[in-house]
Amino acid sequence: MKTQKIGAWIAVLFGASYFIVPLIATFEFSLRMRRGEYSFDAYRSVFSDVQFRESFSYSIVMAILTIVFGVLLVVPTAYWVRLRLPQMRPVVEFITLMPLVIPAIVIVFGYLRLYNSSSYIPFTGSARGTDLLLMFSFMTLSLPYMYRSVDTAMRTIDVGTLTEAAQSLGASWPTIMFKCIFPNVMSGVLSGAFITFAIVIGEFTMPSLLNRPAFGPYLQLIGANRAYEPPALAVIAFAITWGCMVLLQLVSRFSKSAPSKP
Amino acid sequence: MSFLELAGIQKSFGPVQVVKDFDMTIEKGEFVSFLGPSGCGKTTILRMIAGFETPSAGTVIINGRNQNELKPNQRNIGMVFQAYALFPNMTVHDNVAFGLKIAGMEKSAVDARVKEMLGLIHLGHLADRFPYQMSGGQQQRVALARALAPKPQVLLLDEPLSALDAKIRVSLREEIRAIQQQLGITTVFVTHDQEEALSISDRIVVMNGGRADQIGTPFDIYNKPATRFVASFVGTLNMIEARVADPATNRITIGDQGITLREPLGSTLKAGDKLSLALRPEAGSIAEGAKGDTALTGTVVSSNFLGSVIRTRMKVGDAVISFDMFNAPGLTPPAVGEVATLRFTASDLLIIRE
Repeated sequence: MKTQKIGAWIAVLFGASYFIVPLIATFEFSLRMRRGEYSFDAYRSVFSDVQFRESFSYSIVMAILTIVFGVLLVVPTAYWVRLRLPQMRPVVEFITLMPLVIPAIVIVFGYLRLYNSSSYIPFTGSARGTDLLLMFSFMTLSLPYMYRSVDTAMRTIDVGTLTEAAQSLGASWPTIMFKCIFPNVMSGVLSGAFITFAIVIGEFTMPSLLNRPAFGPYLQLIGANRAYEPPALAVIAFAITWGCMVLLQLVSRFSKSAPSKP
Repeated sequence: MSFLELAGIQKSFGPVQVVKDFDMTIEKGEFVSFLGPSGCGKTTILRMIAGFETPSAGTVIINGRNQNELKPNQRNIGMVFQAYALFPNMTVHDNVAFGLKIAGMEKSAVDARVKEMLGLIHLGHLADRFPYQMSGGQQQRVALARALAPKPQVLLLDEPLSALDAKIRVSLREEIRAIQQQLGITTVFVTHDQEEALSISDRIVVMNGGRADQIGTPFDIYNKPATRFVASFVGTLNMIEARVADPATNRITIGDQGITLREPLGSTLKAGDKLSLALRPEAGSIAEGAKGDTALTGTVVSSNFLGSVIRTRMKVGDAVISFDMFNAPGLTPPAVGEVATLRFTASDLLIIRE
């Protein structure tokens, strides 16, 4: 029993070191900008860079918009599929999995052919239009995670009976959606939202090929031209992603103590 | 004119017809139970009254108004579900207030009504609790208060006691009946538990295969079952095959023993015809000094001590008849193989015509 425990701990430490050692090395290297001593100069340089602030702000705005529109698309869809079209669930699940199967570069080339400036829907004809197209592409990329998070949260409540109970009390569809269903799948919505946030912040292919000033292309640009700033940015990106994961864990814990189905 | 009228109701799901030509009228303030096995169509009728299902044919009329064209949220019908269906994100107070807020009532009026409703179910002290912090019985009482709060014209109860344990079930059903009588609200109750239906209803509809086999008071349903199905579904019943001996004198034979029925055999039966009779287990006794104008002699097949009663099975000709005797300290259970005489009143034997 004791030997098994020691073995398990060795496996855990080996796995952890696989992730932690490169990260420590990256962090250590990012502190060596000043010759002969450790400093946060690389971080200072990154944070004082206007392009960093602009690209990071752009990606955050895009992430928020993606989350808002993604939630507005996914929650009613998952709700309706559970309530009225349960036989369509395998089809919807398959569709939402497609972005995992089709590479982002294929999707974005498809977009460029369909929505170029000389097409019927010329999204790429203007900066705002391209931003909109980029947001839709982020929604597509985050669809597998957002749909599953929301659908799993919906599984924990009796959607059909709650809907009927609300209807018998005089509630309209918007009231049912926003007062009875939405608050009860909030943990799933937040989980999906944090994953979406992480995806949007780190995504390179879509904004790069659509030529938008997002954080992903900026990371690539800095990585190609500077020595100490890229590891600093990598650490910052890690911190953001891990921050999202911590929030996700907190939300999961919160949802565990939340009411369950009778 | 009746308060709730179901006229020519039919409902099909694809090729399967689950409700067939159902007609019924319910008076204001009446408590009607729909009783039947799973799949008999009782819940479908309830859901058509609520508006969750649309009748394939027929009309649902409440207080003179055709409900077919109304959506569920326009019908002003309160409903209590088997799974409670309390909103998990809301407190007890907010759950009960939900329908009132939707109706556009002012906050002070909402609070007063919620207080009144929680007082009615004796849960005023739990107003700030969430559903998951309450027992099943408490949740179902809150669900009842929530359904009653907006003063619905009809209250629908869809097997509300099925998920509860036996003790709570009995106390809650009595509470439901008391509240229903206090408020005088027209109530339709769906159950597959005959004891529930018999104990709290003004009338019972026994459903079988999408039709009402019998509609009547609990007393009539139990004591005068109209069909073989009702007789077998409600309570325990001995079905005894007999032959007509003399239709003029109501004389019949069970095995080789003859007895005379009180109920007229009718003009369609002639000597030698087969006949189905029903006898409740509690109607007969083999105890010494047992009363009854009719007797059948047979051999005891089994005798089971069930606490308050002793259930004995006795073979009479080809028929096996079960009967219950109240337990008494001096009573000796009959032995298997013993020849005994079962006494009962002839009027307790029912002729099952369908």
